[in-house]
Amino acid sequence: MAFEGLADRLQSTIKKITGKGKVSEQDVKEMTREVRLALLEADVNYKVVKDLIKRIKERAVGQEVMESLTPGQQVIKVVKEELTALMGGEQSKIAVADKAPTVIMMTGLQGAGKTTTTGKLANLLRKKHNRSPLLVACDIYRPAAIQQLETLGKQLDLPVFSMGTDANPVDIAQKAIEKAKEEHHDYVIIDTAGRLHVDSELMQELEEIKSVVKPDEIYLVVDSMTGQDAVNVAESFNEQLDITGVVLTKLDGDTRGGAALSIKAVTDKPIKFAGMGEKLDQLEAFHPDRMASRILGMGDVLSLIEKAQTNVDEKQAKELEEKMKNMSFTFDDFLEQMGQVKKMGPLDDLMSMIPGANKMKGLKNAQIDEKQISHVEAIIQSMTKNERQDPSLMNASRKKRIAKGSGTSVSQVNRLLKQFEEMKKMMKQMTNMQKGKKGKGMKFPFM
Amino acid sequence: MGFMDKWKMKFQKNEEETKEVSTKYKDGMKKTRQSFSGRINDLIARYRKVDEDFFEELEEVLITADVGVSTVMDLIDELKMEVKRQNIKDSKAVKDVISEKLVEIYYGEDDEQTEHLNLQEEQLSIILVVGVNGAGKTTSIGKLAYQLKQQGKKVVLAAGDTFRAGAIEQLDIWGERAGVDVIKQNEGSDPAAVIFDGIKSAKSRNADVLICDTAGRLQNKVNLMNELAKVKRVIEREVPGAPHEVLLVLDATTGQNALSQAKTFSEATDVSGIVLTKLDGTAKGGIVLAIRHELQLPVKYVGLGEKMEDLQEFDAHAFVYGLFADMLEED
Repeated sequence: MAFEGLADRLQSTIKKITGKGKVSEQDVKEMTREVRLALLEADVNYKVVKDLIKRIKERAVGQEVMESLTPGQQVIKVVKEELTALMGGEQSKIAVADKAPTVIMMTGLQGAGKTTTTGKLANLLRKKHNRSPLLVACDIYRPAAIQQLETLGKQLDLPVFSMGTDANPVDIAQKAIEKAKEEHHDYVIIDTAGRLHVDSELMQELEEIKSVVKPDEIYLVVDSMTGQDAVNVAESFNEQLDITGVVLTKLDGDTRGGAALSIKAVTDKPIKFAGMGEKLDQLEAFHPDRMASRILGMGDVLSLIEKAQTNVDEKQAKELEEKMKNMSFTFDDFLEQMGQVKKMGPLDDLMSMIPGANKMKGLKNAQIDEKQISHVEAIIQSMTKNERQDPSLMNASRKKRIAKGSGTSVSQVNRLLKQFEEMKKMMKQMTNMQKGKKGKGMKFPFM
Repeated sequence: MGFMDKWKMKFQKNEEETKEVSTKYKDGMKKTRQSFSGRINDLIARYRKVDEDFFEELEEVLITADVGVSTVMDLIDELKMEVKRQNIKDSKAVKDVISEKLVEIYYGEDDEQTEHLNLQEEQLSIILVVGVNGAGKTTSIGKLAYQLKQQGKKVVLAAGDTFRAGAIEQLDIWGERAGVDVIKQNEGSDPAAVIFDGIKSAKSRNADVLICDTAGRLQNKVNLMNELAKVKRVIEREVPGAPHEVLLVLDATTGQNALSQAKTFSEATDVSGIVLTKLDGTAKGGIVLAIRHELQLPVKYVGLGEKMEDLQEFDAHAFVYGLFADMLEED
């Protein structure tokens, strides 16, 4: 149950609702029940869900149903808008102090990913913003925490300031600032030890560090898999330290990440970055709108509809269909089609939006490699006009040339040719099948 | 209150030692207990009658404890039936039914003998420790090694987390603290090779227990899960019947994703038990119920603090007692 997308469950509800022109109270009631469950399963805090559902009900009842949507879809649209509004806009700016260095303090529970994020943030500052950060090892408690930061520093070729495990974290932070000034670092990132929000002694230590170094940013690092307790953690850290932003880590996992919503709701502080992998360049700006979709569930039908409507040109789709019927589908068409699919967003997202896709055996663990798609594109683009129209022209020397031109290998070219032929065959079968039915055209030839 | 008596009996067995354990449990679980049973008490005080509102509130209490929506729904349904069957109108009377049901969910049809580690006599026992990043694998291993050493076992640790910066050093320090040997290679080397080394060394040193650390990994990373399965295969090949335990380390603050973790790690490594860490915070650890309910995985240890002694063998009775202590003591 936990992993069925909201859409899967909603579909049965949507079917039941035979809406006329307006969303009725009964529609909303049935829909919001499902939405509520989905949000709770996604670990959004119970209270936050309650407030949200109340607002959604108020807004959705009596709404005119848009032409293209069913009342069910209309409610989901409202839900998504509310979620997105709650998540706020994108805010990945890092403060700049009037007088260097700018000081960033990293805080959070044990195991949230503070040290790794410290390394990633330093990397981002240097690479993207051309800054020279100094990393500061203030975690004197966890065994080898200092070594961990030092190793990261080595990997990034960035300096790490530490005074061993016998020094006081407050002193370490203070000395680090002096050193940063001496050596003209424009950023100082202070890695602190993980601590429980109810550990008053250690929370006091953070307050002392704060009062000594006067940070421009205090980030709370939160594991995106956190459950209902996220609210307590975020509230405590925010109350005691007045944090300036949140970094959500391990978002490359399969958690829905409802904690994001809870944290935003109780602190009203922006979620600035998302940790998307174990490598040091995998820190990304946080996208609230994408998060809203993700929390809602994997099979977000509505946004698939929206995306398809805006991106697939009806006329082009018709033409394509004609071609498929006539078997005159060429590599040019293929390229164009891929372009359309790509316009709809990252493929992983797209796959997850197809209801039921997460349940298909082969697809469940399929990690779609966007790189492969660019390889395919490169191969096709390295073909001559004639070759694209008529793949039967291919011979060994042409393949060699194409492989060279696209930076791939002959075997990759061969594979694509074979796949293309298979695809054409499949399309023929599919269009034959369709002829039997109402004769309605296929909307998504790529599915 | 059958389980309470049993629990009390257990504690009378060895008073000196268990008193300490009980205090630790109570201290560690204090925040958990206060908020959880405090809220159930609140709830019962507020509602005289057992009606829809009562059940809705109860649902809230359980969901905010991370028990998980489907488990809560099942529980509420069962409670409703039970209340109807016994014709309970008074919310005070329903209290017993609630605690009974929760205990029942934890135990299911199982006996309670699943909590102890499956260690071999006169032969090397191997414990493989797995989990997502930051759950507390290395720390738990350090504490476990210390505990086993205290019991007179010869323990060897294998530093299988060759990926994360500083992980090997971290285990090394824990090994030093616990007074046990750590088998390691350089950062970046093949974890299966390190474990292989570990097994060989453990054998040649005549060790009783080898605990294998592994790098944290998110369960949806197929390649990394395959790597873990390979590590397990190496262990199986080298020592028939091993690993004797595969412990999944789970952060108590984790929400519903813990179920997915338990499922996927089980698929890759056939998990035999759970170490629930960071239970000394305000997280309720309710996910244990859901995991037990849906996957039948027992909790073997709980982490209740940062000190070396702060890993306790999981005692379901004590755990449940911890959750409900206030409620029970009132009677």
